[in-house]
Amino acid sequence: MSALSVEGLKAGYDPDLAIVKSVSFSVDYGEAVCILGPNGAGKSTMIKAIAGLVPILAGSVHLGKKTVAGLPPHALVRQGLGFVPQTDNIFTRLTILENLQIAAQLLPASDRQSRIDAMLDMFPDLGGRPGELAGALSGGQRQMLAAARALLTEPEVLVLDEPSAGLSPKLVGQVFETLRQISDAGVTLVLVEQNVRAALALTGRALVLVDGQLAHDGSTDDLHDNKLLGELFLGHRAKGAPV
Amino acid sequence: MNPQAFIDGLIAGSTIGLGAIGLTLAYSILRFANFTHGDFLAWGAYLTLTVSGLLGGLAAGLGAPVHPFSFGWGLPLALLGGAALTILLALGLDRILFGRLRARGADVIIIVMASFGASMALRSLLEFIFTAKPVYFTNALQIAKPLGLGMRATPDQLLVIGMTAVLVLGLHLLVTRTATGRAMRAVSENPALAGVYGIDVAQIVRITWVIGAGLACIAGVMAGLLVQIRPYMGFDLLLPLFAAAILGGIGSIPGAMLGGLIIGLAEAFTVQIIGAEWRAAVSFIILVLVLMLRPQGLFGRKEA
Repeated sequence: MSALSVEGLKAGYDPDLAIVKSVSFSVDYGEAVCILGPNGAGKSTMIKAIAGLVPILAGSVHLGKKTVAGLPPHALVRQGLGFVPQTDNIFTRLTILENLQIAAQLLPASDRQSRIDAMLDMFPDLGGRPGELAGALSGGQRQMLAAARALLTEPEVLVLDEPSAGLSPKLVGQVFETLRQISDAGVTLVLVEQNVRAALALTGRALVLVDGQLAHDGSTDDLHDNKLLGELFLGHRAKGAPV
Repeated sequence: MNPQAFIDGLIAGSTIGLGAIGLTLAYSILRFANFTHGDFLAWGAYLTLTVSGLLGGLAAGLGAPVHPFSFGWGLPLALLGGAALTILLALGLDRILFGRLRARGADVIIIVMASFGASMALRSLLEFIFTAKPVYFTNALQIAKPLGLGMRATPDQLLVIGMTAVLVLGLHLLVTRTATGRAMRAVSENPALAGVYGIDVAQIVRITWVIGAGLACIAGVMAGLLVQIRPYMGFDLLLPLFAAAILGGIGSIPGAMLGGLIIGLAEAFTVQIIGAEWRAAVSFIILVLVLMLRPQGLFGRKEA
């Protein structure tokens, strides 16, 4: 059984104009998968639909055995889905601690403080100043807080939308190192990312979305061997391809 | 200058501030200027009066004034019933009108216009049911007692000021210290992200209506107790309510209260210094000045 399975997913804001057109894939427990594709391919729309933020027009989404398509975002969190949007992914007018306390509200009262403490330990940049307004954090620290918030409820599947967008190369390294630790801890990861090399190094399996449809689903090596996709996303020709 | 204007301003400002709190909460969480809020004040006063009448019919002793106030135990009991009915009215209106428009993704201006229309309908309905003739919670006369420094106030007036202070403090603690308050602030900042955090946004919207309508009812009863009850009492307060909410900074509870007190005091001193005919213009002048000079208000945040 898969941690996340998507079958025939059509999604978009206008019922007559699907942005995601009948996409199917599944992700195993503990697996890390990246979703690649050119701008406008529907990557973000697809994961927002999975997270309940974009209307699903057709198809099904399962988290484990549970059918979750069409549930509102807050219900999906309770079903074990953690989602980190690309931008505006923390409450800047609330403190770091308040951001975590809101997420912790879903846990039993006896577990809340220990989970918050665990997250502050896991992300030392946040731990030293829990009372500070989240709006004062740098771009990288905001991504850390967003990840900490999503992880706090111990989701079965963590979905991230371009976590490195707008960050300096140094911060990108930090973010991917954190994601590596999260993946190594056994959390199922689904990642939309423009930084293709970093994403492939982290995940090892790639889904390529083109014009709202799945153009490729395979390992990183498969992507290297595919001439067109290799040129599109890795900037080189496939092994053995004519120069 | 007669210092009595200060106490008059505090009394008027208490009612305006309480009303403005509901308005500012609705504005920041529901994201539209709710013109029906003034009518919730009027409906709250009339519904409380109706419940009070029913209670008086059941037990005549409830209407006898409790010293030193002008009203009996029936009024606070009726206020509970009136507040519950006003809350039901607000939740019902959200269900049949505003909620449907939100679900359709209607523009803010459509929702504002809908609230304007609903406001007129609510006001006309009140006039139809209760007529335009003013009514009163009590006919008992109260003598204002000296407070020192040349100021006087009746026990009812002092109760209104004290009750307002307690309610504002309680609400401030709710919003700043509790999980519900954190969730309300989160929805106010970014409703979509609030859902991703696991907050049931629809539930927070309902809580906002409950608080807003409950406070509107209390403010309406206060205004009715100190002056009179009329179908247009809420509509007449609408401009001061908006001025107070915007002056305090949209979303800020202490700001709305302070804004209400400032408007109330400005009105009272204007009546004394310039003349009563300028009273209604004060809110408008303050509103225009705030929008021109500091649109984020006293405690609001500048939009990025």
